[in-house]
Amino acid sequence: MDKKKSNSNVVKFNRWGYIFLIPFFVTYVIFSLIPLCSTIYNSFFENYRSGLKQIGPNFVGINNYINLLSSPEIWKYLINTLIMWVGGFIPQITIALLLAYWFSDPSLRLKGQRFFKTVIYMPNLIMASAFSMLFFALFSDSGPVNQILLSLGFIKEPFKFFQYVIASRALVMLMNFLMWFGNTTILLMAGMLGIDSSLYEAAQVDGATASQVFFKITMPILKPIFTYVLITSLIGGLQMFDVPQILTNGRGNPTDSLTTVIMLLNRYLTSKDVGRGGALSVFLFVVTGILSLVVFRINSSKDKD
Amino acid sequence: MKKKVLGLLLSTTMVAGMLSACGSTATTTETPAAETPAAETQTEAPAAETPAAEATTEAAAELPADEGKVLNISAWNEEFKSRLTDHYPGYEVVDGTTGKIGDVTVNWLITPNEENAYQNRLDELLLAQDSAAADDKVDLFLVEADYAVKYTDTDYTLPVKDLGITDEDLKDQYAYTQAVVTDSNGVLKGTSWQGCPGVMIYNRAIAKEVFGTDEPADIQAKFSDWDKFFEAAGELDKAGYDVISSTADTFRVYQNNAKLPWVDGTKIQVDDNLKKWVEDSKKLADAGYCNTWGQWGEDWNKGFYPEGKVFAYFGPAWLIDFCMAADVEGSVAHDGGWAATEGPQGFYWGGTWICAAAGTDNANLVADIMRKMTCDPEVMKDIVLKDNDFVNNRPVMEGLAADTSYSNAVLGGQNPLKMFCAGADNIDMANLTAYDQGLLGDFQTAMGDYINGNFATYDEALEQFYTLALQRYPELTR
Repeated sequence: MDKKKSNSNVVKFNRWGYIFLIPFFVTYVIFSLIPLCSTIYNSFFENYRSGLKQIGPNFVGINNYINLLSSPEIWKYLINTLIMWVGGFIPQITIALLLAYWFSDPSLRLKGQRFFKTVIYMPNLIMASAFSMLFFALFSDSGPVNQILLSLGFIKEPFKFFQYVIASRALVMLMNFLMWFGNTTILLMAGMLGIDSSLYEAAQVDGATASQVFFKITMPILKPIFTYVLITSLIGGLQMFDVPQILTNGRGNPTDSLTTVIMLLNRYLTSKDVGRGGALSVFLFVVTGILSLVVFRINSSKDKD
Repeated sequence: MKKKVLGLLLSTTMVAGMLSACGSTATTTETPAAETPAAETQTEAPAAETPAAEATTEAAAELPADEGKVLNISAWNEEFKSRLTDHYPGYEVVDGTTGKIGDVTVNWLITPNEENAYQNRLDELLLAQDSAAADDKVDLFLVEADYAVKYTDTDYTLPVKDLGITDEDLKDQYAYTQAVVTDSNGVLKGTSWQGCPGVMIYNRAIAKEVFGTDEPADIQAKFSDWDKFFEAAGELDKAGYDVISSTADTFRVYQNNAKLPWVDGTKIQVDDNLKKWVEDSKKLADAGYCNTWGQWGEDWNKGFYPEGKVFAYFGPAWLIDFCMAADVEGSVAHDGGWAATEGPQGFYWGGTWICAAAGTDNANLVADIMRKMTCDPEVMKDIVLKDNDFVNNRPVMEGLAADTSYSNAVLGGQNPLKMFCAGADNIDMANLTAYDQGLLGDFQTAMGDYINGNFATYDEALEQFYTLALQRYPELTR
């Protein structure tokens, strides 16, 4: 009897939880689930505009997917995207871990923490496109970077950053790194501050070195946050668009090697090609899903034992 | 275990949520644009719809009285606006984006050309024209030669005859300006106030220093074909000057002298003259005689100033008048330091055509603007004298070409009109297709990589061009 009563109380109480969840689910269904389904639906049609004339929608089965996946460009763009993401993410996570570790270590007694925490977050506040235009101006052939290098005598004539694959990709990586390391630092710091300080004290008493403390205590406890950072960054990275788009004016120069998958989606806009665009979106959705699952698996595999 | 399932669920939800943001761009773009004006019409449209419909059907006989209180003009820059402001009788400026003619408000819908934005917006506006509220209907829109066919070959553009503009009105215009806006059935669908024969515009000071003279005839002798052009470029290089700012500068010259249209049926074709542009440009760039940056950028512009060390630009009258920083102190143009000569080959570049949108509720006003701005010799002469534009009126231009009192300050007092007149007569616009703008942009992108040495061979670059072109236009084949 007693048990039953408490059970129904719990149910009553839980109801409020569901009620509070409604706004999320309603917005989710309207703005995410329905567009997601209609994207998948549209990807099976030939549906574009030739000039002002509408072609389709004609049902073409999986033709859009066959055309997309059999073209070599899509794989090239996917690899471009991954290279630029990895190149930006490695320095980003390294610096962020280091900074988060320093900021959250009370024994270091760093001064002006608040100032630096604000400063490192700053680049994230600038619009990506504005940031990209800024870099374009800075690194243009007669831009300030070249002027400085020339006047210091490092180079004899302007270095054309945007004509070399490596240089222009490096600029994209640098921008992504600068924009996101502050954000990552704050996330990781939140995780680190949540670690019980008695663990550190115990380690100190046992005579653990700083690197042992970091790898044996901080990292294992930080793992959920770390996985979260990795997956969100991966998703953001796969959808990379604004920085290379603005930097190359949508062309992905040089030799299309800065073109990301979403930039291809943008190119379909000239002919309002909903069919091919839908297929591309679904493809990216699947790729992201698989990669996220892989990352998630790798990071949680040790939990089993 | 449960936690793991929950975690998985949460993370996939997140992925789904985040991704659908990008998915939705593909699917939802079309609906809102078309939906919003449609919603508005329910309240306002019925009264306005009827006369608008009549305008398209009965206009040939006699135009109905104008009902519209708002004249919407769609454009991509301020050029036509300033022409209208300065030369159309009775136009008053209200603020940056509106004006007034009589009691009609002129509303400027200006969208930049970048990334196809202008056409994207115009497409949506025209497609929603039938359901738009009277005050939101586009009445007049501007097009360029590169994509004019896309609009003139549809029913969204009114034939000029339907507006009451006669052959008599149009007789003084250059034939090529009419060819651009004539649809596939031979119906004229627009009109222009300007002609755009291009010339080679060179820096007098550099010419004097390197060639010992700045006389157009002597310079022309040194640049009369592409081989001589290359030789002269070598001389300029020795003196520390670039012959042109970028390889992109000569693209229009070669492209206009191509024999084949870009598209035949649905097949993309590349003319031999374009291949010649690629080869000549590669030669110039490899020799270090010029740069390869895109036009309109900071780097490209610097030749407008003496420090830029650029000998010449290729362009029509509007480039001299509108782009070369003539109003900036210290620029070459400000000091009248340029001169013009024909250059290796004749060409045209750009030009703006005015089209009347079907469904306009200001047909009389639209017709009057067209007549005044593109057919009235007085107004057109005024444009030349005031703005140094090359207008679309043969007697006016030939009169001024013979007039020794006319001179262009930017060109150091030279009268270039004879040159422009000769050029305008030779322009042939038979090769236009609706795909020109996209294709010539993609061609330059792909070939730019070859010229810069990022592609090893021309064929690789050509392959890249086809890839880009097919991404843009699914209906085309290679």
